[in-house]
Amino acid sequence: MVTLYVDDLAVSVEKGSTILDAARKLGIYIPTLCYHPDLTTFGGCRVCMVEANGKLVTACRAPVEEGMVVRTDSSAARQVQRTVVELTLSNHNGDCLTCVKDSRCKLQEVANYVGITPERMAMLRSAVPEVEVDESNPFFKLDRTRCILCGICVRTCQEINGVAAIDFGFRGHKTTVVTIGNKGLAESRCESCGECLERCPTGALARKDYEQPSREVKSVCPYCGVGCGIYLGVRGDRVVSVRGDKDSPVNSGQLCVKGRFGYHFINHPDRLTAPLIKRDGVFVEASWDEALDLVAARFLETAKHYGPDALAGISSARCTTEENYLFQKLLRFLGTNNIDHCARL
Amino acid sequence: MRKVLEPLRQEAIQRWQALQNSDKPVILVGAATCGRASGALDVMAAIEDKLREQGRDAIVRQVGCIGKCHSEVLVDIIKPGRPRITYGHITPELAKQLVEDYLVNDNPRTDLAVCAASGEETDIPCADELPDSKHQIRVVMCNCGHIDPGSIDDYLAQDGYMGLAKALEMTPQEIIEVLKQSGLRGRGGAGFPAGRKWESCLKAKSDQKYVICNADEGDPGAFMDRSVLEGDPYSVIEGMAIAGYAIGASKGYVYVRAEYPLAIRQLRLAIQQAKEKNLLGKNILGSGFDFELEIFQGAGAFVCGESTALVLSIEGRRGMPKPLPRPRTTEEGLWGKPTLLNNVKTFACVAQIIHRGAEWFKSIGTEKCPGTAVFALTGKVNKSGLIEVPMGIQLKKIIYEIGGGVAGGREFKAVQTGGPSGGCLPADLLDLPVDFDSLTAAGSMMGSGGMVVMDDSTCMVDVARYFLEFTLEESCGQCTPCRVGTEQMLKILHDICEGKGREEDIDLLVEMGKAIIDGSICGLGQSAPNPVLSTIRYFRDEYEAHIREKRCPALVCKKLIYYRIDPDKCQACGRCLKACPVQAITGAKKTPHVIDLSKCTKCGVCFEICPDRFSAVERKTGQAEELN
Repeated sequence: MVTLYVDDLAVSVEKGSTILDAARKLGIYIPTLCYHPDLTTFGGCRVCMVEANGKLVTACRAPVEEGMVVRTDSSAARQVQRTVVELTLSNHNGDCLTCVKDSRCKLQEVANYVGITPERMAMLRSAVPEVEVDESNPFFKLDRTRCILCGICVRTCQEINGVAAIDFGFRGHKTTVVTIGNKGLAESRCESCGECLERCPTGALARKDYEQPSREVKSVCPYCGVGCGIYLGVRGDRVVSVRGDKDSPVNSGQLCVKGRFGYHFINHPDRLTAPLIKRDGVFVEASWDEALDLVAARFLETAKHYGPDALAGISSARCTTEENYLFQKLLRFLGTNNIDHCARL
Repeated sequence: MRKVLEPLRQEAIQRWQALQNSDKPVILVGAATCGRASGALDVMAAIEDKLREQGRDAIVRQVGCIGKCHSEVLVDIIKPGRPRITYGHITPELAKQLVEDYLVNDNPRTDLAVCAASGEETDIPCADELPDSKHQIRVVMCNCGHIDPGSIDDYLAQDGYMGLAKALEMTPQEIIEVLKQSGLRGRGGAGFPAGRKWESCLKAKSDQKYVICNADEGDPGAFMDRSVLEGDPYSVIEGMAIAGYAIGASKGYVYVRAEYPLAIRQLRLAIQQAKEKNLLGKNILGSGFDFELEIFQGAGAFVCGESTALVLSIEGRRGMPKPLPRPRTTEEGLWGKPTLLNNVKTFACVAQIIHRGAEWFKSIGTEKCPGTAVFALTGKVNKSGLIEVPMGIQLKKIIYEIGGGVAGGREFKAVQTGGPSGGCLPADLLDLPVDFDSLTAAGSMMGSGGMVVMDDSTCMVDVARYFLEFTLEESCGQCTPCRVGTEQMLKILHDICEGKGREEDIDLLVEMGKAIIDGSICGLGQSAPNPVLSTIRYFRDEYEAHIREKRCPALVCKKLIYYRIDPDKCQACGRCLKACPVQAITGAKKTPHVIDLSKCTKCGVCFEICPDRFSAVERKTGQAEELN
């Protein structure tokens, strides 16, 4: 363990920890933008600069040392922090009311902390890039006027998903997040998993059809047998969003494109809500009892006439393991081993 | 190992002496990039044509840059029994004439001569006594312009490879001791003690280590490294091989800009020749030491001159400097292995230090900064070119004696050292000694060696804007202070130059500049505000004139100047009237002309075309309305 002092408070943390870890252990806030606990540190935003033993360092990267004296509020540290935030804001689309991240935006949080005044902002020249929003992806958009180039999306794509569909492109003030060949996201290797937009600190990467849910319901993703933990965002009787459950041991909050964006079938008008029986060539709604009686009768009749191996069952990957178990039990009870599963394909 | 080298050396010396004592005239053409840009290859072809035509035999050789860029194309002629005469400003026509006059008719054409090797030719100044040669000491560039860069024998005859041969008889620790005693500091700009860097690399434990030569010279107006590689690539190769032996590396890379095709060609040729003589490759000079050298071409990113970005670039990744804390490159560099990275000029010094000893090197320059500094002297100076001076020389000696003073008889205003990241120093700092520490203390830096002289027609706000524009484009874009900060500062400077500056802008620039220096990841961002901060420090009144009075005292910023025709001086000749591209000038014969300022685009054509004897068109700054 290493003992150090952050703003005069002593704290002991494990060797190899960063100043940011130590400060957080003490409950001391250090502003961060490019830091994300799931990812390797980048150190590019420079907003977490603090004074450690009289030298300015990035708290997210600087390792703790025994007896180190850290000041998160020294005038030199505050000056850099404030300048960085002011510069970032001068470069950022400030139309917060139409931004889906409004009130959940990390930049707003940090700006509030370091104290941004209208007088100071009026001194700066606006440097918001004039670029079109990349709307090519069906589920989310990339608005580079709101991008602060923290690189969290780039690292997420490389480190979490191993896809590396995006990276920094160009140089200097023209630096931007690009796909290979600077094409639209839809034309890139992007798998639309949406992990990047979950971590984007601003509204640069955001859902297209975002509606803030009024409440959330804990559930399990119905798409496959993995059983990712999810929270369904609900408004009235409509499901308006899905997010991964960080506490789920199955997925630690991660989701794939289907789980995260493929929930619209729930409220879709074409969705079956009752069993259908074909009568005179036309499907007609029926009760469950009626439908199950019909299926059971047909199963028995087929087995009797043609032998049980005339029956076969294909199960779905969307069933849970328990459901699949019960399904094979049912078919073996009927006397056949003809069982298959779509996940085999 | 010196015994193994000796036969190679003797053979080379014999050839060299045979050349010096040849009964044929020897003609040397300065054919580095600077010479070629001025037409050196055409001059050479003209000389060969003329020789053929006249049926004369002469040895025509290409050499590198001797530094006198102000007199390109340079041709040296050594007639048997006569001193070497250097001719300047030679065109193909003049070259033909020269061959006829000097070689055929024995007229040395003193009118075309710049200097001669010794004082025998009384009408030609002696090379060593020229004001621009007097203060120069050639260490890094000692062979440039003298040897044929395509001939390893030429290099061997100048004590080449004596350093390596001696080094191979020493232990690595002994070599590093010599280097430490010599006080050599890295010539890339930061001035880090080379011996300490080498030692840290020697101490790093690894199965593989690398030596990298940083030849990614990117400063606008700097061409020192290019000239060394073009004129004497062997000195760099020898220095790198010594480094490889000293730190225990068997592989080296020269990271050179792709924009230097001639340097790459000469380097490739030199590597090939060194391999053929067993001065590179396996078991060098029978010592058991192996060292391979590879050229890696940079794609033109200025930031890749930064060590960690350069390493990433060789690895095929995006060149972005690694933020601190990070392992030193000497411990974890290329492919994660200990890597020694030095500048071209640093390596070029090494072989001579080993050969001649630390004391010799220390006898040049100052105590804290021994050795020489190479500068690309450009701008508003009479004799621009490549110079090598002892560290500690005063700025004014460089500008007024070596550079021949400010061009056009104008007044000196400032000198910018250290490239786009350096600062502008005013006239009252001309006594400043030129070394790493003094320049840094004055708010500028040594940098890699650019030196731009500015006269009173230079607007310092405009200059700061120019250099900031460069760093803005060349920032890697990784960290906010550098990426957005330089853009913000540039926008403010644009406003000031256009008369839209605000009273608080100067303080804002200073405050922001300091935060960018404190907050940036690498040297590029940490020095990007220097041109702005140093011009505010020394020329604040110019900023204030732009902001408060909407005046550009140097009459440069277009938005703040206007043109006016003095009716008393105007002779109504009609020249400006016809030349004005936007028909902003009215008048007629015998009617003095008038500029309609609402139409005028301030192109300055009228100012240029008005005959000097009238000088009726005036360029002015300030509020035009008051004067009209």
